Amino acid sequence: MDTAAAGLEVERVHVWRGDRHVLKGVSLQLGSGELLHISGPNGTGKTTLMRVVCGLLRPEQGTVAWRGQSIAQVPEQYQAALAYASHEPALKGDLTALENLRFAVGLKRRVTAAELTAALERTGVAACADLPARVLSAGQRRRVAMARVLAMSASLWLLDEPFTNLDAAGALLMSGLLQAHVEGGGSALVVAHHDLEMACAIRRLELNG
Amino acid sequence: MRVGLWEAFGLIVRRELCLSFRRPDQLSQPLVFFLIVTTLFPLGLNLQLSLLRDMAPGVLWVAALLSSLLSLEALFKSDADDGTLEQLALSGQGLNVIVVAKTFAHWLVTGGALVLVSPVVGTALGIPVGAFATMMLSLGLGTLTLSWLGAIGAGLTVGLKRGNVLLSLIVLPLAMPLLIFGAAATDRAISGVSPAGALYFLAALCVFTCTLAPFAATVALRITLE
Repeated sequence: MDTAAAGLEVERVHVWRGDRHVLKGVSLQLGSGELLHISGPNGTGKTTLMRVVCGLLRPEQGTVAWRGQSIAQVPEQYQAALAYASHEPALKGDLTALENLRFAVGLKRRVTAAELTAALERTGVAACADLPARVLSAGQRRRVAMARVLAMSASLWLLDEPFTNLDAAGALLMSGLLQAHVEGGGSALVVAHHDLEMACAIRRLELNG
Repeated sequence: MRVGLWEAFGLIVRRELCLSFRRPDQLSQPLVFFLIVTTLFPLGLNLQLSLLRDMAPGVLWVAALLSSLLSLEALFKSDADDGTLEQLALSGQGLNVIVVAKTFAHWLVTGGALVLVSPVVGTALGIPVGAFATMMLSLGLGTLTLSWLGAIGAGLTVGLKRGNVLLSLIVLPLAMPLLIFGAAATDRAISGVSPAGALYFLAALCVFTCTLAPFAATVALRITLE
């Protein structure tokens, strides 16, 4: 498969933070139907790499390309195709879970309340739909954040530590969702400390600072 | 299906208004500050009405600027702190639409509200009813301009722990023309002279900042997001 045209290609990316050389020429490719697990000790630039891939951080050297075009040239198309979940759940405490989803997903695509509720149901937090996000537990917030990723119906998932705060059932659910996404032809980049246990093929990239 | 520009604008404005009304304390603080500061003057100085009228435009405008500044820091900060700003930045809508919508919504609940309560303050300061229209119009233009100037400052200071003082230092010098022309317009209306010249200046400043500040604020925010 021609990954350069089909998906994400990161070429020799270098990032400095002050004097610290955080990413030293990292390259990766991700085509549709692939899952790439990025691991490595703390402080080796996993989150920095994720922010570079999202386009939130511009690398000093190197390129990030989506379907053969630099993401700086087609930011809107690229952003429409991706769903990013940072290590924080990124929910507004004063809005309900459903409102959080409506305002976040609604900017990306036209979405109905039923679709959003269905996404919350898939992550097992439909009962919390009308509760303000601040009263939810950390694990429930993580599930709502995952529902947001689902509702975006994006082909590229960029997940930073998606298993944090999840109980055993939640971790299993998350693995299942990832697997379904990849088997459905989507691609996913996952930053996680521990090993991913899934039935589908996982490619690995270890950052060592 | 992709979401249009105006649809996205409307959605963000609704989001901001919804968030503001869920926190009535934060919504009312700048207004209460405005009311209290302006009422302190007649109480503390024990002035005659004619003297109070002379001072009224200056007092009104200084209080309006300071109370607007109070809420400016929160413009991007709360979204930056909880990570929702990144989600907005990656929404596929372009950061400039987000900046424009957020700043406009912010003005509606701060500057717009301030304009609505200004007749109360005007009465306390002895401003004649005939000058209210000019006072409200000048405050509307002035606070809108200030929101735009503040968006640049807020974009630059969003990554700082205590950026409020720095924000004031960035914004207040830029707001001096607003104070001068805003107070002049109100003063002229009180004295019965046509305030048109000062109002035109305010309107020109408003158009100028509305046109250029979104670009500056977007760049400032993009730098801090990195």
